[in-house]
Amino acid sequence: MVGAGMSKFGMFSDLDSKDLFVQAFGELTTSVDKGMDPNDIDALYVGNFTNDFFVSQSHWGAILADTLGLVPKPATRTEGACASSALAFREAVFAVASGFYDIVLVGGFEDMSKRSTEEVSEGLALAAIPYERKAAFTFPGIFGAIATAYFDRYGASREHLMNVTIKSHNNAALNPKAQYQVSIRDIMASKVERARSKGRTIPDWSDEKAFLRDPKANPMIAWPMHLFDCSPISDGAACMLLVGEELAGQFTDDPLYVAGLGQASGKGLHATDDLTAFEATQCAADEAYRMSGFKPSDIQFAEVHDCFSIAEILHIEDLGFFEKGHGYKAVEEGLTRLDGPKPINTSGGLKCKGHPVGATGAAQLIEVWEQLRGQAGKRQVQISDLRIGAAHNLGGTGGTSTFTILERR
Amino acid sequence: MAQLISDHQFEQFLGEQRLMGSECSSCGSLFVPPRASCSNCHGTEMQWAEMSGKGRLAAFTCIAIGPPSMVQEGYDRNNPYCSGVVELEEGPRMVARIDGVDAKNPESIKIGTSLMMKYLDRGGDQGTVLAFAPV
Repeated sequence: MVGAGMSKFGMFSDLDSKDLFVQAFGELTTSVDKGMDPNDIDALYVGNFTNDFFVSQSHWGAILADTLGLVPKPATRTEGACASSALAFREAVFAVASGFYDIVLVGGFEDMSKRSTEEVSEGLALAAIPYERKAAFTFPGIFGAIATAYFDRYGASREHLMNVTIKSHNNAALNPKAQYQVSIRDIMASKVERARSKGRTIPDWSDEKAFLRDPKANPMIAWPMHLFDCSPISDGAACMLLVGEELAGQFTDDPLYVAGLGQASGKGLHATDDLTAFEATQCAADEAYRMSGFKPSDIQFAEVHDCFSIAEILHIEDLGFFEKGHGYKAVEEGLTRLDGPKPINTSGGLKCKGHPVGATGAAQLIEVWEQLRGQAGKRQVQISDLRIGAAHNLGGTGGTSTFTILERR
Repeated sequence: MAQLISDHQFEQFLGEQRLMGSECSSCGSLFVPPRASCSNCHGTEMQWAEMSGKGRLAAFTCIAIGPPSMVQEGYDRNNPYCSGVVELEEGPRMVARIDGVDAKNPESIKIGTSLMMKYLDRGGDQGTVLAFAPV
């Protein structure tokens, strides 16, 4: 990997996926240390879940190739629900590793905010399985049910999920690309200020958890998932430049290497063997660890797919960072904080950085890129000799999962 | 003789208030909802098998923001509904609506609760839907 760029994430009524991808590509071209010529790009791989539904437009590979001035270079779109751009990344790696292409642009994007919240829910539910939809499950509902099974089995509670949310907000407050660049304390302060200016009763939350326990501030969406357990509706785009190892030196003296790559499939919620784990994540992780020769303890920090707070806890267990049933304790003890021994979701995660679903897998890898190259600014991980980071991307209700390990040599 | 197994036929049986799964003639694996081929041994000789309708609650959620069809049934922020994962007496798990629980008070709902299947009238012309309720 020799270059990377992403748009700001958020809800943009005046920008579409073309506009946001142009922003991301513009940042990518300036990120390449020794410069690049877009005409040298051999092919484009892009991930998108369902702009088909969100903006009634398909055939995005060709549209973006044209938008970026890359015609007639071949363009391929991948779809794997929320893991769409991690699949694009994998295809791009295969294309370069095989020697078929030398220089490949890979990315992802989604344009969600042009629809109502109800319509977005309907669109996202396309990635659930038919039985789940028949039983009136929503996405927050599926992860809510997983949370009840986890609570019952391991003794965790809503209070533990709050630790994930508070951490995500603290990290996102340091990320200029994040949709919500605010800590929970910032949100509390602004609500108190608003109440004061409007002459309303001033809330008296004693701390962040008191705020998150307040059903007015944090209403239930699907028990035990509340508003602050859920990732938002977002627009965004992100892309990276991959080149053959022997060419990397022409672009930068500080490339990242794809050390491990894993992908696996999983069953629907009802058919999983274990309601408190994602089999696809465990298998994808195994594959990436085997390829790289690294162990879970070698991964110094990671982005994981926290579409909901409970998901982050399951993932850090499934990826082997913590024992099954111990993830919530690790978060409680601060082990996954930015200043902890295993920082998780330094970007603020999907919860706060934003989750334009097709862009998420690419954006996670870009966070790893920035951290490993020491370019993460105020949220820079302070571990000495930072060398190995990873990104985990999950699609649907666990139907698709990827794990990608990047290394700075 | 293999029987034709399909979601369409599964729904037809549900319409007759029969909960049917499929059983592999080769390895005996049981699937609810039914699979047309065995995901355990790849066998293709599948037979219909009727479930007792008894089970226990394995996971659940109480949904305040539901899809349009549930809003039509009168569910909303002030009137959430419960959906869950049910482990059937015969072994397989399935997802279904959960009735007869207090969805406004999720902490009163307990995993492991014994359930029996029932059919909910969805009102209007929406027909009936499979649900489970505490025994």
